[in-house]
Amino acid sequence: MNRTDLVDRAQLRDDVPDFGPGDTLKVHVRVVEGNRERVQVFQGVVIRRQGSGARETFTVRKVSFGVGVERTFPVHSPILARIEVVTRGDVRRAKLYYLRDRIGKAAKVKEKRV
Amino acid sequence: MANKGILGRKLGMTQVFDAENRVVPVTVIEAGPCRVVQIKTPERDGYAAVQLAFGDTKPSRLTKPELGHLKAADAPPARYLAELRVDDVSGFQLGQVLHADVFAPGERVDVTGISKGKGFAGVMKRHNFAGQGAAHGNHKKHRAPGAIGACATPARVFKGLRMAGQHGGTRVTTLNLEVVEGDAERNLLLVKGSVPGVNGGLVFVRSAVKAGVA
Repeated sequence: MNRTDLVDRAQLRDDVPDFGPGDTLKVHVRVVEGNRERVQVFQGVVIRRQGSGARETFTVRKVSFGVGVERTFPVHSPILARIEVVTRGDVRRAKLYYLRDRIGKAAKVKEKRV
Repeated sequence: MANKGILGRKLGMTQVFDAENRVVPVTVIEAGPCRVVQIKTPERDGYAAVQLAFGDTKPSRLTKPELGHLKAADAPPARYLAELRVDDVSGFQLGQVLHADVFAPGERVDVTGISKGKGFAGVMKRHNFAGQGAAHGNHKKHRAPGAIGACATPARVFKGLRMAGQHGGTRVTTLNLEVVEGDAERNLLLVKGSVPGVNGGLVFVRSAVKAGVA
C-alpha cells in the first residue's frame, strides 16, 4: 500500500466503467454556468490513459468542424457525471498519438470484433 | 509568534478535489499525536514555550535522563522532541495530547523539515547560475561559474561568494502553506503544496509567522 493511499481512497469513484485506448466514449461533463448546472457530452476516441490511483487521467480526441479537439479528464473527477462506452476499439498501441496526423477515413479506429 | 504547532512525518504527495471540483496538490503529513512534555515560562526559563514529543519508540533506545524527562510528564517513550515558542502557555497543560485537528482547513502554516541532500553540487544546481555556452569554442567550462572577482584590487575573493559545495540536507522552512484538512482520527494533515524533506522525514508544522502579510 502506498503511504498516501489513506487519502487517495476517499477520492476514488466506483462507477468508472472499464475502458482503454481506442474505445469511443461519451463523457458527460457537468458544466456550471453562473448558478445553473447542466451536462455536456463530449464524444470521441480515447487516445491515452495514464497514471494510477487518484491521479489517473485519460484523453479523449474528437474532430469538431474539421478541427481536432482533445480534452484530458481525471478518471475520478467529480465533474464527470457519467462515462459511457460507445464502442470498443481494436488497437495495438497504448498511446494513439498517430491519430493526430491522420485525417478522414484513415483516422478511424477499427472496432473490436467479439 | 506561532501559537499552534505539531510534529509529524511526511508521507508523500497526492491530489484531492476541492469544493469546486478543482484538483489541489497536497502533501500528506502523519501529524501527531504529540504530547506536551515540558512547559517553559518567562518567570522560570526567560521565555514561553512548550516542548512536544512525537513518535513511538522502545525505552531501550532512550537514555535514562531522557526517560526521566518524559516520565515527569507521564509520557511514553518518544523518538522526537521539539520546542514550540508560544505567546502564552496558559492554554497548555503538561501531558496534554495534540492531534492533527489543531489546524482547521484554510489556516496558514509554516512547515519545517530537513531538505533532501544533493551532495557536493556545482553552481548551476546549487545557486541556479546560467552556466556558459555549449559552443563558440568553449572548452570544459560549460557548467563553470565564470569570473569570481576582480584582479589586483581587491586581490582576494569576497567572503560569501556563491560557489560549489554541499547542497541540501539543511533545515528548510516553507512559509504560508494552506491547510486543506486536519483529520484527528487518522492523524492526517493535508497541506497544499510541497514540503521540505524526504518521504518519511520529520516535519514541524507551525502556524504561519507571516500570515496576512501580503
